[in-house]
Amino acid sequence: MSSTFVGMPSFPKAASRAVGNAQLRHNLHKATHTIRDKRAAAVAEQPDWDDLRAAGAALKNRVLRHLDLYLEQLEEAVQRAGGHVHWAADAAEANRIVLSLVRATGETEVVKVKSMATQEIGLNEALAEEGITAYETDLAELIVQLGDDLPSHILVPAIHRNRAEIREIFQRAMASWGRPAPADLTDDPRALAEAARLHLRERFLSAKVGISGANFAVAETGTLVVLESEGNGRMCLTLPETLISVVGIEKLVPTWQDLEVFMQLLPRSSTGERMNPYTSMWTGATEGQEFHLVLLDNGRTKVLADTVGRQALRCIRCSACLNVCPVYERAGGHAYGSVYPGPIGAILTPQLRGFGSELDESLPYASTLCGACYDVCPVAINIPEVLLDLRAKVAASGAHKGEKLAMAAARRVLSSPGLLGASQRTAGRFRKLTPRRLPGPLSAWTDTRDIPAPPPQSFRDWWASREEK
Amino acid sequence: MRVALFVTCVNDTLFPGTGRATVRLLERLGCTVEFPEAQTCCGQMHFNTGYREDAMPLALRVGEVFSGYDAVVMPSGSCAAMVREWYPALGVEPPSGVYELSEFLVDVLKVEDVGAYFPHSVTYHPTCHSLRSLRVEDRPSKLLSAVRGLTLLPLGGADECCGFGGTFSLKNPAVSAAMCTDKVRHVLDTGAEVLCAVDNSCLVHIGGTMRRERAGVRVMHLAQILASTEGNPA
Repeated sequence: MSSTFVGMPSFPKAASRAVGNAQLRHNLHKATHTIRDKRAAAVAEQPDWDDLRAAGAALKNRVLRHLDLYLEQLEEAVQRAGGHVHWAADAAEANRIVLSLVRATGETEVVKVKSMATQEIGLNEALAEEGITAYETDLAELIVQLGDDLPSHILVPAIHRNRAEIREIFQRAMASWGRPAPADLTDDPRALAEAARLHLRERFLSAKVGISGANFAVAETGTLVVLESEGNGRMCLTLPETLISVVGIEKLVPTWQDLEVFMQLLPRSSTGERMNPYTSMWTGATEGQEFHLVLLDNGRTKVLADTVGRQALRCIRCSACLNVCPVYERAGGHAYGSVYPGPIGAILTPQLRGFGSELDESLPYASTLCGACYDVCPVAINIPEVLLDLRAKVAASGAHKGEKLAMAAARRVLSSPGLLGASQRTAGRFRKLTPRRLPGPLSAWTDTRDIPAPPPQSFRDWWASREEK
Repeated sequence: MRVALFVTCVNDTLFPGTGRATVRLLERLGCTVEFPEAQTCCGQMHFNTGYREDAMPLALRVGEVFSGYDAVVMPSGSCAAMVREWYPALGVEPPSGVYELSEFLVDVLKVEDVGAYFPHSVTYHPTCHSLRSLRVEDRPSKLLSAVRGLTLLPLGGADECCGFGGTFSLKNPAVSAAMCTDKVRHVLDTGAEVLCAVDNSCLVHIGGTMRRERAGVRVMHLAQILASTEGNPA
């Protein structure tokens, strides 16, 4: 994958291009509404959902409160079980660690389990620069990789592609990565899946190094957990002689028993299933396999220091917020300029990366604050609250000077009933002159919407005249 | 019952008819309505856009102006949500007894049939803050269903945001317009004459789009339909 998110335009610019793409709008609408409805049904049949959600949030809060202790507990448990533990402060360090581990094996090819953490640090690109090819084995990640594309959804990275496009990508690109697609490949989902299966099977059988992330890491036992639908992850986890797992430090749960809560929350929120088809759990090294755990910070401790923003670290990457977000549905995932799109991306990306670009500054505003994301979040992340807090930080940075002046002017008028009344009377007097098009930034309103003419009499003037009578 | 009307700056300035209808309705139901003239704005626009220092004096004013009433009634879900849900984030104590209009009617006055008459077909859009912050649930629909002559038509995709979002509509105009055209399509699918909601801010967005597109559907605040009677129709 040679594409990167670096240097992408601000959210509004990228989103305005995306909304004009009818095929994309159709794909996203169909896919998000299908998963959204499945999730709603799967959650509705769980009578103690609210309690589970509260428990999930509480467990993650406990992990974050005592992260130092749980991380050391995890390290000890993994080492005790024969695994090696490495600590990476940022993406560059994590990539260096993985690179040196792969180099030590002498291999030039690795197979990958779908993993957000390795996407976040750009591991594939870092390995490619050093002549090591990373093969994605998750079906959707494979589509993204073969298409030289970027992921646009956490759970379904190729959600922006339909099956006709997938067929074209397979036919065009499979041959240069390995076993080519059959010449008579159709866009029937079974045929596409079979082509991917045959293509990937070669990889599984030849690969000596596997790289994964983890959905959960149990501090008590040192157990890592991966939930998936295809079984391809399990192939990568079990067949290679060396397994390297890159895991964000917030992925911990305190005890084995705590998994009970998350094993109910995640599949129902994510794919809308009672249980996902494949769950792999492993503790340290198994016979015949060397195991390395790379614990990744990459901005997470900075997020942890923020009393409002830290709740974003509770995220278990289920994507429920993406699937209900009306903005995501129209803008698509690429507009968020990060491997974390949608509402969670809008609060996580600027916190992890900082407000260093126009794009990252625009992300907290990529929401109407409708609250649908908060309602479905299985760990009760109050996304609107974090968005509002991040907006306050952007505004305080003085990024929007004209807006700041306009807001201060509005505040002065609204701080005085007399001034407000006078402004209303002036607007009412010139109501016939209400323009059809407004100038400057306000033209964004009148491009698609009429503005109402001010009434001849405001409510406060009507009330005053009524009181006089 | 001594009721203060917090009409909101948007209604005061652009939609005084909603304020007048709220007064008429509450007085018809036996309330003594006061309009504290020192009121201005809840500060939601400033707060939601990130300007907390500008929102602060407005929130403090609300706290002072509306203390000491039996109830403070607001014909706006999002402004009521701002006061109740978000003032604590500013460190401001919200005045007690703040209700969005439908909450006040159903929960405090315990009425669902307010004696209104409105012989038109209506579809109801549950605005996001009334739906997911205040959780007014089916209160507005119950009130509308009890209006004589009114046919309430179900709205497809009702719980989806219309795309207004305050300054979102200016900062992300393309996505805002895309969301609104989908909302308008659902409204037109109902065949209703009138689109009703509890927030004029959302209605100015949906209504402004429908007017631009000559869609031929009126938008009306819930207060105006509930205030309507045979002798004094809306």
